[in-house]
Amino acid sequence: MPRIAGVDIPNDKPIWVSLGYIYGVGPTNSRAILKEAGIDPQRRAKELTEEELARIIGILDKSHPVEGALRRQIQQNIARLRDIGSYRGHRHRRSLPVRGQRTRSNARTRKGPRKTVAGKKGVKELGK
Amino acid sequence: MSRSSKKGPFVNEKLFRKVTKLNENRSKQPIKTWARACTIIPEFVGHTFEVHNGNKFLRVFVQEDMVGHKLGEFAPTRTFRGHSGRKAAAPGAA
Repeated sequence: MPRIAGVDIPNDKPIWVSLGYIYGVGPTNSRAILKEAGIDPQRRAKELTEEELARIIGILDKSHPVEGALRRQIQQNIARLRDIGSYRGHRHRRSLPVRGQRTRSNARTRKGPRKTVAGKKGVKELGK
Repeated sequence: MSRSSKKGPFVNEKLFRKVTKLNENRSKQPIKTWARACTIIPEFVGHTFEVHNGNKFLRVFVQEDMVGHKLGEFAPTRTFRGHSGRKAAAPGAA
């Protein structure tokens, strides 16, 4: 099994799908990389030669932050928003939606599991 | 949707003139403004603005990192003081 960008070990799927297993590479990036490397996206990952893999790794290294580097970059961007005291930074700090979505209902992805408040309107009494 | 790049960033004319004047005089007086929608441009770095939040003017010292953001992003308009019954709620953002 080929190894690209550290830990990622794609398998015998078409190479453009396998590349998607790398954090930071999706369908669009995957196809763009293969086009640049001149490799048929439909070939299986195991069929690639060492030299072709090296070409893919080379392209990733120079133009696409992936895995740890990408995660770090995202964290830095968020930290910057926090440090300058912007509205978006405050929303990140409180883990609430950042882009102006409603919070009266929904927003569960950001807020996490519901925290039921006893006695609040609309909440049925527990245990009855 | 983001703003058309053909137009360039939105900068309040009056505010921009005021900043240019301060830059010429090398002075750093705080500028009172209501122009929350005004984009912070590199010329603003190092100045202090007093940005209206609908109630009062909040001091915003512009750092280099703030370029490209809007003045209003640094003057919150709402104060969340926590829900009733929940102790030790975080104090609302100043």
